[in-house]
Amino acid sequence: MQTELGDHRPADNHTNPPAIEARGLVKRFDGTLAVAGVDLTVPQGAIYGILGPNGAGKTTTLRMLLGIIDPDQGTRRMLGHERPHDVARLIGYLPEERGLYPSMKAYEAIAFMGALRGLPLKEGRERGRELLEAHGLGHAAERQIRQLSKGMAQTVQLLGTLVHKPKLVVLDEPFSGLDALNQGKLEQMIRRLADEGTTVIFSTHVIAHAERLCEQIAIIAGGKVPFAGPVDEARDRIPAQVRLETAHADGPWRAALPAAARHEGNFWYFDLPDTGIEPLLRALIEGEAGILSLSIERAGLHDAFVAIAGEAAARALDASPEEGEGQ
Amino acid sequence: MSQSGIRGGRLSTVQAAFVVARRDFVAILLSRTFIFFLLGPLFPLIVGGLAGGIGEQVQQEAAQPEIGIAMQGADVDRMLAAYDQLAPRIGPAIPRMVELRRLSPGETFDARSVLEHAQGDMAAIVTGTPASPELTATQERLEWWKGPVGLISAQALQRGPIDFPPVKLASVATSGAKEKRGRVATAQVGQTVLFLLIMLLAGMVLSNLVEEKANKIIEVLAAAIPMDAVFLGKLFAMLAVSLVGITVWATVIGGLVGLAGMQDTLPAGMSLADLPTPGVGWPLFFLLGVIYFAMGYLLLGSIFLSIGSMAATVREVQTLSMPVTMLQVLIFFFSAYALTQTGKPMELAAIAFPLSSPFAMLARAATDDALWPHLAALTWQAIAVAIFVKVGSALFRKRVMKSGPQHGVKKRRGLLAILNGRGTLAS
Repeated sequence: MQTELGDHRPADNHTNPPAIEARGLVKRFDGTLAVAGVDLTVPQGAIYGILGPNGAGKTTTLRMLLGIIDPDQGTRRMLGHERPHDVARLIGYLPEERGLYPSMKAYEAIAFMGALRGLPLKEGRERGRELLEAHGLGHAAERQIRQLSKGMAQTVQLLGTLVHKPKLVVLDEPFSGLDALNQGKLEQMIRRLADEGTTVIFSTHVIAHAERLCEQIAIIAGGKVPFAGPVDEARDRIPAQVRLETAHADGPWRAALPAAARHEGNFWYFDLPDTGIEPLLRALIEGEAGILSLSIERAGLHDAFVAIAGEAAARALDASPEEGEGQ
Repeated sequence: MSQSGIRGGRLSTVQAAFVVARRDFVAILLSRTFIFFLLGPLFPLIVGGLAGGIGEQVQQEAAQPEIGIAMQGADVDRMLAAYDQLAPRIGPAIPRMVELRRLSPGETFDARSVLEHAQGDMAAIVTGTPASPELTATQERLEWWKGPVGLISAQALQRGPIDFPPVKLASVATSGAKEKRGRVATAQVGQTVLFLLIMLLAGMVLSNLVEEKANKIIEVLAAAIPMDAVFLGKLFAMLAVSLVGITVWATVIGGLVGLAGMQDTLPAGMSLADLPTPGVGWPLFFLLGVIYFAMGYLLLGSIFLSIGSMAATVREVQTLSMPVTMLQVLIFFFSAYALTQTGKPMELAAIAFPLSSPFAMLARAATDDALWPHLAALTWQAIAVAIFVKVGSALFRKRVMKSGPQHGVKKRRGLLAILNGRGTLAS
């Protein structure tokens, strides 16, 4: 039986305020700058990825957004509220460090997490059993958490995050610790939540998940957000790569190639010029290059991430060499 | 700004505390910890009983003081005869007299040497003659026994009263002095029980958050509800558990003593009937006992929970438990001492100081029948509870939720980290 995880209609991004809005969030721990001014805007109904290397400040940012810790500076609004606990019933949170009471039964653990978000215990127990059944864990409903495998326990916690049908789901490194099969299931679950109108924001340092799931991302590096926006825009930060194969090794056409063009075998590699491909093509033809093949390869999110995050981290290091990196 | 179309909001602090308290209450009640909690009071009773019994036996066997008589034969006989005549009338004011040595005419006896070299079991030695007795003993015993020895010597010389008029005996259940002493005993028992109960809880309260920290649940709680609610929930869950424990003890003891007819089998001094009625009467004394227990627990518990929130492991809890126990013992001693200072500044200080107030006021309930001081004290304690819980939960939130970079935390895993409140939620 497939159980509905959310009961919200897809949001109208144009009329609704953002699900999350953060401006200039700063957090220091004992003098160490962990987050150095994060700005985020997460539209309602979106699947939003927060990407960053280990220690970039992703978890601290999420904790500040959720009100687990207060920022030293800056403001945040969750579902339009400045105090995240005021809308706690509408939020589901899966922390990076998973935790459940080992002696609790699986369905009780889900019900307890729902109760923390205002779901009546009786209803939580019923939904807990239904969710476990729907996700192939019906047989484990009566088992204590300590008797479950790590993957099963993680699924139980995820279901506990969703049992109260939140409007906004925050997942901190949700894929870590899951095998490929369960990662696939989780991706499906996230898509289904978004289809039902739930806003999903998750952090990860594995770019592939974000590339498959997200419409929008924020890259955090060195406690700052060097990029936030649509995935395509992030990719566009890196020029497309042109791969050119010519019949002739040399000729007047060579003058048309950018100075930084790289030659490997019969192929030339270079960034797509700002003027576009047409002037280049014309020059190559007129210069009798003898084009055998020409392809334009758009940068992947991984490449964009490495470039953006690397540059930001280096900038942060230059700007404040004494301050360690954040969380 | 409230958003249209969004249902819900948040649980109130009380509702959230109830969710936490309910989970804790059920979890503790169904755990082995609760069995130990129920059995806990038996251990001091058993140890105390054994120690008392052994001590009494040792005292009976090893410390029966005797006064030895070392005189010429006829004098020894006269002294012993006089002792036999007077002993029933003097009672325990003088220890048993025994023949130590029958001296020959002209023979001397070095009593000092015998006592100083601890030869025999004599506590004192009488030498000389009945007309001129010489008592050798420690200074303290000389003061105690010089009168009785003189009286026995006089009797031996036939100088004492020939006959003793019969004394009519009229027994009363109590007297003002006995009542006062007895109520002090009731107060001491009440304070001791209160102290034991709260001490039993201290360890459990201290370790109350270790599970959440060890199992990383604390972040789930912190994201969903205010940390104040976690603090309150845990505090009141333990109070509820302890009240269940008290009910179980009261039921079992009441059942055994009342229904099973064990009243007569209890040793002297162990039954309620042996304790004088407290000033406010037994029912109100019990009621006040429960209320003062709750107040004392909430006051100390809020401190212990705040301290316990600094610990991340059972080992750290053990490190913290020693100073906490010492704090409790100090408060108990303070209250116990104040009990002997009725109406003096010391007692008033014990009543005014929030942590000792429940102990001091329970003693008051035993010794004094006035009710208004209890109303005043409970009001004051309730204010103190509110302040302690508020400050405790604020500290708790600060310490439990303090985060930081992992490398920083790892460098300070020791006691310094505990004192600084580090080591939690850092990832």
